[in-house]
Amino acid sequence: MRTTSQLAFPSERRWNLFRFSSPQTFYPLAGKAIPYFATAAAILTVMGVYVAFFVAPTDAQQGESYRIIFIHVGAAWMSMFVYVIMAFWAGLGLVLNTRLSGMMASALAPTGALFTFIALWTGALWGKPTWGAWWVWDARLTSELILLFLYFGFMALHAAIEDPRRADRAAAVLALVGVVNVPIIYFSVKWWNTLHQGASVSLTKAPTMAATMFTGMILVALAFWMYSIAVALARVRSIILERERGSDWVAAHIRSNG
Amino acid sequence: MNWQSLDHFLAMGGYGLYVWGSYAVTFALLAAEILLVAKRRRNILRELRAQARAETRRT
Repeated sequence: MRTTSQLAFPSERRWNLFRFSSPQTFYPLAGKAIPYFATAAAILTVMGVYVAFFVAPTDAQQGESYRIIFIHVGAAWMSMFVYVIMAFWAGLGLVLNTRLSGMMASALAPTGALFTFIALWTGALWGKPTWGAWWVWDARLTSELILLFLYFGFMALHAAIEDPRRADRAAAVLALVGVVNVPIIYFSVKWWNTLHQGASVSLTKAPTMAATMFTGMILVALAFWMYSIAVALARVRSIILERERGSDWVAAHIRSNG
Repeated sequence: MNWQSLDHFLAMGGYGLYVWGSYAVTFALLAAEILLVAKRRRNILRELRAQARAETRRT
């Protein structure tokens, strides 16, 4: 079956990146990739949680309460990564007008919102015993809360517009404007005098924690990363079927696969 | 090994509520997301199959 992109660029028929931007080509590819990412996520989760509870020592200052760090930091990283990737796909959709880009952005939004909520939730449960408060209006916490609202805004705006291609474009503009919040979250602990501590891990200096603590944090963060890829690919496959339901290839796929 | 007994492990040095509250909610939410994604797939496949059957009858 010939796709529209092949018809539009006949000279590039043999090999071009646009081929992968067709939902029809991407659908089976995503299906094949999901088990690998899901398996990696499961293995890394078991390893990470094992290190978090049985290898990493008790913290000298915070006792056992610090063990929240293993999921808190990974979730907070993911909340920002996923937003940047979502905005990247949304922006790509605006520029190239490819259908798959908007679908990828929509598939990432709920997962990003989930990790933002987890970062806030675990932060509250860590803040209570260490700061004495579930919540403070500090720059780090407030900008992370704004991130959660940006995800909600993206999903609500997309859902409110009936035509999915128009919804993609409107939500993409919101996603791109919201990107400015990500560096604000990241640098908030430097720019303002926050109750939230500074970065424990940075690219320029050695981690300010025990090696086993660092290992546990990285393992859980990688597990979240693999989980996000697997779940976003699984969601985008449903979105592809929902939005391409009138097409010949979906009808043929349903007929041949039951 | 950090823990002398299961009780010690569950108590988390007095921070059990906070530590287990974090881990339980995190993994419950991730599990819920997986179930929702699976449900969404089942729903669209069911609709598409019904649509395909209706079309075969018509032709």
